[in-house]
Formats: sequence, structure tokens, C-alpha cells
Amino acid sequence: MNGILLAMQGAVSQGVLWGIMVLGVYITYKILDIADLTVDGSFALGGCVCAILVADKGMDPLLALVIATLSGMAAGAITGMLHTLFDIPAILAGILTQIGLWSVNLRIMGKSNIPLLKVDTIFSRIVDMLGVKQSAVSLVIGILIAVLIIVFLYWLFGTEIGSALRATGNNEAMIRALGVNTKFTKLLALTISNGLVGLSGGLVCQSQKYADIGMGTGAIVIGLAAIVIGEVLMGRLKAFGSKLSSAVTGCVVYFLIRAIVLQMGMDANDMKLLSAVIVALALCIPVAIGKWKIWKSYSKEDPTC
Amino acid sequence: MLKVHHIYKTFNKGTINEKKALRGLSLHLQPGEFVTVIGGNGAGKSTLLNMIAGVYPIDNGLIEIGGVDISRQPEHRRARYIGRVFQDPMRGTAAGMEIEENLALAYRRGMRRTLRWGVTNKERELYRKKLEILNLGLESRMNSKVGLLSGGQRQALTLLMATLIEPKLLLLDEHTAALDPKTAKTVLDLTEKIVVGNYLTALMVTHNMKDAIRLGNRLIMMHEGQIIYDVAGEEKKQLHVSDLLAKFEEASGGEFANDRMILS
Repeated sequence: MNGILLAMQGAVSQGVLWGIMVLGVYITYKILDIADLTVDGSFALGGCVCAILVADKGMDPLLALVIATLSGMAAGAITGMLHTLFDIPAILAGILTQIGLWSVNLRIMGKSNIPLLKVDTIFSRIVDMLGVKQSAVSLVIGILIAVLIIVFLYWLFGTEIGSALRATGNNEAMIRALGVNTKFTKLLALTISNGLVGLSGGLVCQSQKYADIGMGTGAIVIGLAAIVIGEVLMGRLKAFGSKLSSAVTGCVVYFLIRAIVLQMGMDANDMKLLSAVIVALALCIPVAIGKWKIWKSYSKEDPTC
Repeated sequence: MLKVHHIYKTFNKGTINEKKALRGLSLHLQPGEFVTVIGGNGAGKSTLLNMIAGVYPIDNGLIEIGGVDISRQPEHRRARYIGRVFQDPMRGTAAGMEIEENLALAYRRGMRRTLRWGVTNKERELYRKKLEILNLGLESRMNSKVGLLSGGQRQALTLLMATLIEPKLLLLDEHTAALDPKTAKTVLDLTEKIVVGNYLTALMVTHNMKDAIRLGNRLIMMHEGQIIYDVAGEEKKQLHVSDLLAKFEEASGGEFANDRMILS
């Protein structure tokens, strides 16, 4: 019983840290209306950069997070440029960056994983300072950062530039006719989005005390699953701030589900299949229900008789 | 106000689908001229408007607005001079955003967008007053999503948005073609009120010859990428649909028989 509780506590804090990645996915998938596959690569990039800087170069873990964010932004900007300057479809541009990043990440780390056992992280510092448990610290810091980012995004998307960005996802032809360079807004959105993904990768790396070349694999599916779960749970809330919160909440719930099924004895490697199925179902069910209703409502009789 | 000088545009150059859309077309508009544009399918009416707006680059020629050469400016740069309303009511507004957010986007047409707040309280007052002019009750629904509005309401809103900041040139591309006759009339009346009331320079493409004669102070007829008839003032007012049909017949010979139904 104790084991389950412990696993749940870990899952919640993990969920919040990954939730920052989900906020990044939300910007591209929900606001810009494109599926950006850079995420798998930029998440691992954030983790790898953070690990090598903290473990090998002895850099301050907080500064390493900043650099992880910047490297994520650079990755997003590359996808953005491929997409906007050279008209490569967004999905393909993301795939190209993601594949390229695999090799880049290996080069950065020099090997396929780096442990952070004997070095300071932002979490271990507070653990040492206050003498509380690591998972509690991860949770509190994660929530703090998530709240800060939600406030930042709420502000950003309320500004003139942010409104133009939302309009780009809504109706590109219209906002261009109103004088907005949509190449710029798309590039900006992809950059900010992947910056958050990189930051999340760095945080996860410091919290789990290692970085691994495969840590980002499937991140985009986790992101989509979290957004979908959040919408199912809190879909009635329409305010922008609560939509962002629901994305993070969805991510926490995702990791809780994961912890539960793993406790129940499911192979961790099957988890990716489960997430894919969750996303696929969430996307299929509304369409299927709609088709079923149309099919059902047909009748040969004249409705007025 | 607008100077279009010998512009050419060919689509799919060098292929079997080559289409010469504009062939050395020239057009000068004085400030306050409200020009209706008619012509058969494929005459180049929409292409002309798209070239002026910068949707595609022109092959040759020169386009000036208010003395500024905009021939090679990208679409979003030209937006500071040009207000546009499209044929498709879905195209001119952002469905997922509120009415006031749409207006706020239009209120910043052609301006540098900054990190200042996207809609201010002072603007809301202005928007409310402007929406009252439309007489559609939208002033009490400023926080509704535009996607909830009907096609006619959206088109009226787009018209308001295109003229919220006075444009040097207003482009109306068959903006009532997708509406039912009654709504089309409402939007046309509104168009006249706004264009004439603010002394705007405008180009309006239409398939309705009666509207083309009734509205505006100048009429041009296009055929195969050129202007074949240009009439203004008293002479335009005296025109009848039959005169225009005769002109078409003259220009296009036998082909025209097929177009007659579309045009009358």
C-alpha cells in the first residue's frame, strides 16, 4: 500500500514537470493548429544540455535550465524557419528537426546517458536546505514554475502580438490581410513552444537525476494525451487561463494513470501503446459519435406525416 | 490614389495549363472614386484585386498607392494601405475569437504590434459605437465568438473591420455573392453608406449588373485580362443592363452565350 502511495506522489510531481512540456505543445497544437513533432527532440535536447552542463561542466543548475530553455528555443526556431521560409509542411519540418536532434543530442552528451548522482540540482539544493523529501520539493517547484509560466502565457496571448498569434492559428489569410507577417508569428510560436519543452526536459532531467538519449521519445504523444485528458476533465472551463491549467492537470492525471497501471504489473514499454490508444480514441470517438448520429437520424418516412 | 500601370500576370507559365490572367492592364483611381468591376468568369477581376493586395507577385508592371510604389511589397506590408472584404464570409474574420478581439486586430491594421494589451477599455467604447451603425445588435454581443454569427453578420463585421482604420483603398471581392438576396442587399446598403459616407476609394467586383450600375461612380468591364469598357459620371448612371450585355456580346463573341445566364 505504501508503495502505491509513494508511486502516486512521484507521479504527481513528474506530471507537473512534464506539464510544462504540455504547455509548449498546447501553443502549437491548440493555438497555432499544427502538430509540431520537434517536441520529442527538443525535450531530450533540454535534458541532455542540462545534464552535460551540470554533471561535466559543473555549471549552476539554475543557469543550466536557462540554457536548456534557450537550446529548445533554437530547435523550435529551426523547425519554424524550415516551415515558414521554405514552405515545408509543419509536420515534416518537425520530423526533420527531431531526427537531426537525435544525433545532436548524442554528440552533446558523448554517450547515451549521463547520471547526475553526486552533483547539485535545483531540487537537491532545497532538499539539503530544508531537509524535506525530494518528491515533495519536485512537486512544489514544479507547481511554482507551472503557475509562473501559465501567468506568463496568459499575459503574452493577451497582448497585441499574442492576439496576432492566436489569429494566425484561427484564420491566417485574414490576419495577413490585417498586416501581420504570419511567418513571424508562426516562427515565434514554435520558438516559445519548444523553449518550454526544453525547460521541461531540463527539469525532468534534474528531478530524475539522469538524462537519456531516449527520454524525449513519444513526448508529443504524452503532450497530446495530456491535452485531451485535460479537455475531457475540464472542458467546460472556457477561460484561457483555465484551459492552460487543464493541460497541466491532464498531464498529472496521465502520469497517475501510468503509475497505477505500472503498479498493476503492466510492462513499462507498453505504456507508449497505451498513450497512443488514449489519444487515438479521444480523437476518434467524437467523429464516430457524429457519424453514428447522422446514420441513425435517417428515415424513409416524411417527418411531417 | 491608386495607379496600376501595365501589369501582367500569367499563371502556370510554360505548362499546358498556362493562363494569361492579366495582359498589360492599367487603371488609375482618383480619391473618392467608387468603381464597380464586372466581367465574365476568368476575366481577371479577382486576379486584379489579388495583385493589388499582394496575394501573388505581379510579373511586370507597377502598382502605386498614394504615390508609394508597392509593386514588390509583401501582402502584410500593403495591408497598411488596403482594407479588404472577401467573397467567403469565413475568410474575413477569426471564428474562434470574440467580436471585440476581431475588431481590435483590425484596429491595428498595418501598425507595429507590441506587447501592449490587445484590447483596451477605451477602444471598446469606439467599437460599441461602430457596431451600432451596423444595426445588427452586435454591440451587445461583443464578447461572443464570431463563429456564432451568420454569414451576413460576419460579412458586415468584416466590412466594418476593413474600414475601421480608414484605408487608402478598399477592395471588395464579390463580398455579397455568398449571401441570400435579402442579406446581400443589407450588406450592399451598408457598403454604400460606409464608402460614400467616408469618401473612400474602392474597387468592388460584382456579378450583379444592376448593383454595378446602381452603386459607385465609375464602372469598368474586364475581358481576358484587360479593361474593355470604362465609364463614369452621368453616362454610367444612364446605363442599362442591356447595354452591358451588348458590350459583353461584342467583346466575347460566341462564347458569351454560355455566360449570359451567370451574368443576368
